[in-house]
Amino acid sequence: MTLELIWFLLWGVLWSVYFVLDGFDLGLGTLFPFFAKNEREKRVLYNTVAPFWDGNEVWLIAAGGITFAAFPRAYAIMFSALYAPLLIILFALIMRAASFEFRNKVDSDGWRKMWDVFQFLGNFIPALLFGVAFANIFQGIPFDADGVYYGSIIKLLNVYGIIGGLFFVINFAMHGAMWLSMKSDGEIHDRAISYAKKLWPFTVALAVAFLAATGFYTDLFANYQKNGVLLVIPAIGVTALLMVRIFLAGGRNHLAWISNAISIFSVIMFGVIGMFPKLLPSSLDPAASVTVYNGASSTLTLQIMLGVVVVIIPLVLLYQLWAVKLLMHVVDDKVLDSDESY
Amino acid sequence: MDVVMLSRIQFAVTVFFHFIFVPLTLGLSVLLAIMETMYVRTGNEMYKRMVKFWGKLFIINFTLGVVTGITLEFQFGTNWSRYSEYVGDIFGSLLAIEASTSFFLESTFIAVWFFGWEKVSKRVHCMCIWLVALASNMSAFWIIMANAFMQNPVGYKMVDGKPQLADFFAVITNPYGIGEFAHTVSSSWMVGGLFVIGISAWHLVRKNEMELFKSSFKIASIFFLIFSLTTAAAGHHQGQIAAKYQPAKLAAMESHWETGTNVPMYLLTWPNAENTGNAIQALPIPGALSILAYNNPNAEVIGLNDIPAEDRPPVLPTFISFRLMVALGSFFPLLGIALFVWRKKIEEKTFVLKVLPWLIPLPYIAIMLGWTVTEVGRQPWIVHKLLRTSEAASPIEASMVVWSIVAFTVIYTFLGLLDIYLLRKYAMKGPK
Ligand code: HDD
Ligand code: HEM
Ligand code: HEM
Repeated sequence: MTLELIWFLLWGVLWSVYFVLDGFDLGLGTLFPFFAKNEREKRVLYNTVAPFWDGNEVWLIAAGGITFAAFPRAYAIMFSALYAPLLIILFALIMRAASFEFRNKVDSDGWRKMWDVFQFLGNFIPALLFGVAFANIFQGIPFDADGVYYGSIIKLLNVYGIIGGLFFVINFAMHGAMWLSMKSDGEIHDRAISYAKKLWPFTVALAVAFLAATGFYTDLFANYQKNGVLLVIPAIGVTALLMVRIFLAGGRNHLAWISNAISIFSVIMFGVIGMFPKLLPSSLDPAASVTVYNGASSTLTLQIMLGVVVVIIPLVLLYQLWAVKLLMHVVDDKVLDSDESY
Repeated sequence: MDVVMLSRIQFAVTVFFHFIFVPLTLGLSVLLAIMETMYVRTGNEMYKRMVKFWGKLFIINFTLGVVTGITLEFQFGTNWSRYSEYVGDIFGSLLAIEASTSFFLESTFIAVWFFGWEKVSKRVHCMCIWLVALASNMSAFWIIMANAFMQNPVGYKMVDGKPQLADFFAVITNPYGIGEFAHTVSSSWMVGGLFVIGISAWHLVRKNEMELFKSSFKIASIFFLIFSLTTAAAGHHQGQIAAKYQPAKLAAMESHWETGTNVPMYLLTWPNAENTGNAIQALPIPGALSILAYNNPNAEVIGLNDIPAEDRPPVLPTFISFRLMVALGSFFPLLGIALFVWRKKIEEKTFVLKVLPWLIPLPYIAIMLGWTVTEVGRQPWIVHKLLRTSEAASPIEASMVVWSIVAFTVIYTFLGLLDIYLLRKYAMKGPK
């Protein structure tokens, strides 16, 4: 059983890391049309994310792959049930990636405007739909013991789903604004901070709404009632979110970003741990839910995969950190004039 | 049409589209690494400009490879959920290993390489592109091993009616997959070679940057020659592998109906409409099929009539694709030898230079044909002899798959056209 438990936690951790990392790209892309006022500012925004979006997105692929490997039944039902939203997310991510690569390749205003629209939609839609999808998973989705899904995309847009979606969008937008503040200087830097400060109360309000709705619409708190110690996780999330504002006020932007990263991480883990032992609760027939007991791969597969993950993932974190430090420079005129800029 | 048929169409569309970009990533990354190593060794700035020029084309192609891959990763869940649940224990772990060992490496070091010219030393920079080349070719290894499990399931035991991992080592040394990997990687490196050759030729005709493009041409022509030969050799080996593990596929590749020994290969063949034999069959090469399949003119080769009709793959597409691939595969080494011989005074051969850019699509076509042989020839099985394709699709509504196919087609057509336009534009623009 411990092996399954470890995998359950790792599963949550991978998704959380994905949201922490891709969260800032998705958020900055969502802010894009509101923030960038002229061509230079647009290019600054593109170039603050350009070297990172792919490395971040691979966490999504890894999270998906790990779901497939460790919990095939969860992978099968989760993605076939959520067929429409998942494909919309993927189409959006395709267009966002293309917007980075193609926008500067043809010198025409109409061309650039088109890619700016894709940059916005390609980030906003996944941020929103991931929030909706995860809220619905926390709540349970309607499928039967045979894995047949009885919902629809309209039913996913219920109150709790929408709160989850908005929470993701606004929190990621703040996350993105803080990222921009670290990668820019002058007026853009100052404005990015003021955006983050303005978005903060909304994030807090949505966080409160989300927690309250969680109590109302889901069973997540049952595990926390059973084991009070676990409440540390949401407590860390809330504290980290409060610290964001304090760090912002003190001009410590790196710490503010890290603090928000911790807060995003805790929110996802809060939901995941609340679901335990379920990975995918069924709202139609609780007995049909996919759990760590009925959904996990064989012991041998879990052991081998654990070996891979324990060796590889820390290594990945190390070299990604190295790459981020190397490319963490401020996007100034020199960068914008280089051959490789977007 | 039902969900199974629609999902097959969607899978074929998306995977073929992904594989427009994959071979160039696999091949050009290695060529770039070689070019940059020459820069580090010689310190000659010409090589640096060479790397930057080909690098720009590489990145355009790479981005589309990345985005089209993500949809594939999730399509097993969205469209083939029965399949995913059935094989996840083994197949899923190979996909997860691919992501964690290869995609992270690839995506991180390509960023450092592309954006980091000023940030790291020459040597570290060169190491980055070698890591990208290693990572992308390693990703090919894992995904092909996953595919090989569908072609020839090994290293499993049946538990509760599903294959469960029993021997991981057997899974990753599946002889079917080793053959596929060698053949696919060889052919992809050929694509990279002919891509560089064709574009260099275009500039050489116009006398642009003669030194840079002559040198690119030379490197690529050696590369192309070597890998056109290994592709043919690996292809021959792969035919024998198919004969051993999937006799129905081999018979379909050759449209071979009657089991027998000392089987000839008919240069002119056409299967009849009833799927029971050949309408046309002429010009035999005695014993050739027996030799191809078993290296022995007297070997017995099973014919399709000895395989139950419900276990036979569609013969016509398998057969035609195979013939055309082999025809192309026989032409490339000849082309490779010619280019290698001419490489020193290639700028004088204006006619050849003018033709070469038009040949760039040929190895791409051969690769698509090859996958058609491999995948259509595996039908009606999704996992050979274990699970039928008809049992593998998700329990979803056909209408959903219809709209997703439409969306994929629209988006991919749009991106595909842009990609060709931009590659052409930047290829013709030449280095700065
Ligand atoms: C022979 C090689 C090969 C084959 C058969 C496939 N791929 Fe692929 N894939 C690659 C070789 C590759 C690559 C060379 O590593 C790519 C292509 C361009 C690139 O950027 O990386 C890539 C990219 C790529 C990505 C994006 C990685 C990133 O973000 O960096 C994903 C998720 C997949 N692939 C998944 C798949 C799946 C699920 C396949 C099976 C149907 C598949 N690929 C077939
Ligand atoms: C990139 C190269 C590949 C190409 C061009 C390719 C081509 C195809 C084609 C044409 C089909 C449809 C066959 C038919 O319906 O008759 C198909 C089906 C399929 N292939 Fe591949 N394939 C490739 C790689 C892979 C890999 C690497 C995997 C698995 C790891 C894979 C898994 C599948 C699955 C699950 C199906 C759907 C079921 C089926 O129709 O058999 N393919 N592929
Ligand atoms: C001398 C000629 C060739 C022979 C005898 C040959 C043989 C084969 C065989 C038997 C298969 C299918 C076996 C299976 O089910 O795995 C195959 C597949 C394939 N071929 Fe070829 N081939 C040749 C040339 C080429 C060329 C020139 C290319 C591309 C440039 C190519 C690309 C492929 C690819 C990508 C596949 C699918 C992957 C695989 O199964 O290895 N082949 N080939």
